[in-house]
Amino acid sequence: MRRITLWFLSTSTALVLLFSYHTSTAGAGGSAAPVVAVSGASSGTDNGAGSGTDSDSGSRTSGSDSSSASSQTYDGDAVQTRWGPVQVQITVEGGQIRVADVLQVPMANHHDQQINSRAVPILNAEAVDAQSADIDMVSGATDTSEGYLSSLQSAIDKAGL
Amino acid sequence: MTAGTTATAAGPATATAHAGPSRGRPARVWVEQIMGMPVSVHVRGRDAEFGPDVDTAVAQAFSHLRRVDAVFSAWRPDSDLRRVRRGELVESAAHPWLAEVRALCERAEHSTVGLFSATAGSGGSRVYDPTGLVKGWAVEGAARHLALASGIAFCVNAGGDILAGTSRGAPDLGPWRIGVEDPRRRTRIAATVELVDGAVATSGNAARGAHIRDPRTGERVVRDGSATVTGPSLLWADIWATATFVDPSAALQALRRVDAAYRCLVL
Repeated sequence: MRRITLWFLSTSTALVLLFSYHTSTAGAGGSAAPVVAVSGASSGTDNGAGSGTDSDSGSRTSGSDSSSASSQTYDGDAVQTRWGPVQVQITVEGGQIRVADVLQVPMANHHDQQINSRAVPILNAEAVDAQSADIDMVSGATDTSEGYLSSLQSAIDKAGL
Repeated sequence: MTAGTTATAAGPATATAHAGPSRGRPARVWVEQIMGMPVSVHVRGRDAEFGPDVDTAVAQAFSHLRRVDAVFSAWRPDSDLRRVRRGELVESAAHPWLAEVRALCERAEHSTVGLFSATAGSGGSRVYDPTGLVKGWAVEGAARHLALASGIAFCVNAGGDILAGTSRGAPDLGPWRIGVEDPRRRTRIAATVELVDGAVATSGNAARGAHIRDPRTGERVVRDGSATVTGPSLLWADIWATATFVDPSAALQALRRVDAAYRCLVL
């Protein structure tokens, strides 16, 4: 049971800010199929050629990428978190993030594994979700995800999205 | 839940993921690792060519953050904060920012009826640690440099806390769309906020376990979820996000009393 409670504190505010919910990913952004987090070896590290991952994400709209040569892969900067370096890679096709892969993840001890089993797959999916929601930035809890998100952010920056 | 609208997430999605007027605008991005976190600055302009004043403003913004870090770092032994703590430096002789931040901390503690406090720890081992306030304050200072470049919109993301603004003479460059992650199902964006000038800050335990303490008891706040606050100032959005995470209903009551320009999302 997930509960979202929303308090609107002011009715007369100079700001016109609206919260809206995504309770389903079936938004208007297209390619809104549930995202399978793809982690581990990313075969298509060198700029593209379909990024080699659409086999396991066949439900997404990437079936059309065979013709487009516009697929490009960007590596985020490795970011030091207190648990070690985290780095992501994203593949961009036609201005859309298609795949977000984790390139390196600290898995040195049990503590790390606990953290990453929670943080990393979710953040992977979020990366793609974030694009389908057509957003510029993500606000969320900091630290592990801070390092991770920022790495993704840095990849997006390189992509010039 | 004293303040108004309650919505459950069971309903249909109401968000529209649209491509705003901002899409396709020429944009540039800078990222630097400062204060232990990558800070990214996004800038949009009317034309693909950004003037040299934009580079200058961005460089000044980053250097502001580095100066703040040199003064307030809790890790660097030579920071003013650490030297004051060790008794090697009296606060009146230290960087004037220390006094400014201490005054802000006192104001924040007062406004939030003690839900935010710069005095960390519990029992007898309480240490003055303004880190929770310094980040938002520093980003606001950095943004003042960005606002001096001509004709741009900018958005700074410092570890998930975000401040957007425009400089003088900026055309309508559209809002920045900020996604707030769902702390329980982080595959999802739980909410979106559109910002032209303003801030979004989120506090929660989702990333690193229970690390936020209730200053009233010194105990760790043990629960999941997150609190996001949006409003004009990142300094205050950040303070209120922490306070709201500690005690949503008490914080919301207090916030309503002191400032009507902020909104909270408790997830």
